[in-house]
Amino acid sequence: MTEGSPGRLPEQAAHVEEAVLAASTAAVAATTDAVVAANPLRDPSDKRLPRVAGPCVLVLFGVTGDLARKKLLPAIYDLANRGLLPPGFSLVGFARREWRDQDFAQLTYDAVKQHARTPFREEVWKQLSEGIFFCPGEFTDDGAFDALAMMLKEIDETRGTGGNYGFYLSVPPKFFPVVVEQLKRTDLAHGPDSSWRRVVIEKPFGHDLKSAHELNAITSAVFPESSVFRIDHYLGKETVQNIMALRFANNLFEPIWNRGYVDHVQITMAEDIGIGGRAGYYDGIGAARDVIQNHLLQLLALVAMEDPTSFEADSLRREKEKVLKAVRLPQDLARSTARGRYAAGWQGGQPVIGYAEEEGIPADSITETYAAIKLEIANRRWAGVPFYLRTGKRLGRRVTEVAVVFQKAPHLPFSKDDTEILGHNALVIRVQPDEGITVRFGSKVPGTAMEVRDVSMDFAYGESFMESSPEAYERLLLDVLIGDPPLFPHQREVELSWKILDPIEEFWASQGVPEDYPAGTWGPASADEMMARDGRVWRRL
Amino acid sequence: MTSFMLSDTTASKISSQLTHLRHQMGSPAVGMVLTLVVVCDESDQYDAVRAATEAAREHPSRILVVIARDPAEPNRLDAELRVGESTPGEVILLRLYGELTRHADSVVSPLLLTDTPVVAWWPRECPDVPAKDPIGALALRRIVDARAAAGPVKAIASRAGSYVPGDTDLAWTRLTPWRSLLAAAFDQPVGKVKKGVVEAAAGHPSAPLLAAWLGERLGAPVKVVESDGPGLTRVMLSTVDGDITIIRSEARLARLSRPGQPDRQVALARRATSELLAEELRRLDPDEVYEAAIRRISKSSRSS
Repeated sequence: MTEGSPGRLPEQAAHVEEAVLAASTAAVAATTDAVVAANPLRDPSDKRLPRVAGPCVLVLFGVTGDLARKKLLPAIYDLANRGLLPPGFSLVGFARREWRDQDFAQLTYDAVKQHARTPFREEVWKQLSEGIFFCPGEFTDDGAFDALAMMLKEIDETRGTGGNYGFYLSVPPKFFPVVVEQLKRTDLAHGPDSSWRRVVIEKPFGHDLKSAHELNAITSAVFPESSVFRIDHYLGKETVQNIMALRFANNLFEPIWNRGYVDHVQITMAEDIGIGGRAGYYDGIGAARDVIQNHLLQLLALVAMEDPTSFEADSLRREKEKVLKAVRLPQDLARSTARGRYAAGWQGGQPVIGYAEEEGIPADSITETYAAIKLEIANRRWAGVPFYLRTGKRLGRRVTEVAVVFQKAPHLPFSKDDTEILGHNALVIRVQPDEGITVRFGSKVPGTAMEVRDVSMDFAYGESFMESSPEAYERLLLDVLIGDPPLFPHQREVELSWKILDPIEEFWASQGVPEDYPAGTWGPASADEMMARDGRVWRRL
Repeated sequence: MTSFMLSDTTASKISSQLTHLRHQMGSPAVGMVLTLVVVCDESDQYDAVRAATEAAREHPSRILVVIARDPAEPNRLDAELRVGESTPGEVILLRLYGELTRHADSVVSPLLLTDTPVVAWWPRECPDVPAKDPIGALALRRIVDARAAAGPVKAIASRAGSYVPGDTDLAWTRLTPWRSLLAAAFDQPVGKVKKGVVEAAAGHPSAPLLAAWLGERLGAPVKVVESDGPGLTRVMLSTVDGDITIIRSEARLARLSRPGQPDRQVALARRATSELLAEELRRLDPDEVYEAAIRRISKSSRSS
């Protein structure tokens, strides 16, 4: 955390960050790392013992939201079920509801029953439910936060949680200032030296560079950067972490992972759903801010970065930052970006309405639901290799993947007819669904003629490992409670990503209404034309 | 599920039949990560296969079940192949007759998946030195279970004598939740441990293992005392600040007490064999911590 260029941060925030940093890292080390290292029962070679979080309380703001019910609460149960939560772990819900502890416990119970991935076990629920509390109130209500502070103090005494609190802000960003201010006022943001306080925030991390600065200023004025955990749930996915294993644990791929062999890279996140009931959030944000700025640029960073010196947060983030800094936009944005908006059509056998007809979308909306951009990376490894990023709603089907498409063989000792339909070799990292890796290469078609055609070789996670690989949120929540930050983007990465996207957004803002594409198809014609200009095509997914 | 019987057959016939079955099902690709060889009797076969298939959900495997039948009969190999829905991998039951019962490795070896780990598991009786057994010699990891032995405590005490890296015992696997909980209790500063007690049902082989591990790590004497069970019931460690205790009165929920802290309930369920097996298959490298524990038991049983 001592590296990098704090000059990118606003002067004041950077100052605060560094000042608090020294104290807090010392404090954290005193309670966890040092003691854990000194723990006579732990031994690095004892791999059966899982990483278990230390005693702590997780305070959840926004417990009634979809994310909490469908992902967070079930993930907490799953962690408990796998024995990864400490004895005494406590969960405090905070919301504007006239609820008592048991009402929140009931909500949790229902969420767990419905959405947990591991089987329901009475004894695990008993352990968990003993530690479920609820604090009613509004974010602006000083009294409610005083009550929360009291409650946490009491939990420390009755449950032995040692003053270690994680605050999960599962609320829209507009509430961040008031919640963070309340945490500061009640002194919940800073514990005694022997304990930790962490804050977890969800995307969006702003809607441009300026707002990202502002948002960061709010949290960093109260919490040091090392205590801020920005959740990008994509980074918790097994396949995404496997990108690093694939690249750096093997000798098979890295030698060809460069401009000498790679023709281009396509990173896609396609959704088959529309915006659903999220008009209020989505309109004015659009596909690029919603997906490209965080998920796709993070995927790009992982695919394109150099090998980190270790998998410590610092080294990993440093490499990701380096490659994000090297990203260049093409000169002519009109010819190297495309955007679209879904019109009424048929999606997977059902008629669906267009974006403009969705409830709550203003008539003059120019928000895109499809975005495709071409980026280049100005470094020795990637110079001249375009990275095409695309995302969209109401596309043909739901799929997220990274495809590294290789150059054609320099010479083919076959007749032209034999290899007529042979395409490019490709290595595809399938992120979701059906997580795995596909390698595409040419193979002889059986028979007396020499006919070469593309075939796929598949590695499916579902087939080779665990049916119940941990959900992304499980992994990330555990990392928050343990205080292990490699899978969380640093503020600098957030800002670098906005620097890449801002010029494109500015350009698009001047281009009026995006081009329509019928729902259920693969985006607007301009996206295909953009590829055609480079003599390439999108992978058919 | 497709099941197929072959009687009086050979390994190569089994192999080609397997390929045929896979093609018939339209999935010629093999995504299996290891071969699990289960050596057992006809009477244990059902439970062992069930546990192994469940574990295979997490680790898709080819499961070879070696069942020795009457050695007095003429030499014969019967095979039962199961491919399909119930398992992500394949199950092959091999029934050996006559002199062949002593040459099981000749059948198993051609049926192992190429270039992937091999794990051998003896759910009941096991050879004195698993690594020297013909099947054990093929395996990277050898899983035995002291609890199934005639004298469980004696069995665990003798493990060190035959130990070769890659050996492991389910009596040790059963301890993981206990050890994890104890380790978590030590994640906060605790005073020096002076002595300890592990309490378990009589003849429970995990108890001396846990005591040995604690003794080894804490550098304090830890003794084993008997209780009514089931399984492990209590661990108490006396420190200079007071006692750390885990009491499990029923088989699923335990209570943890630490000095200066409130008591807490913790889920501590006994796990099914399939879960134990799945844990064993997760890491295939030698378990040095287990080795240290069995060596300590053998030392203390020799000295007493």
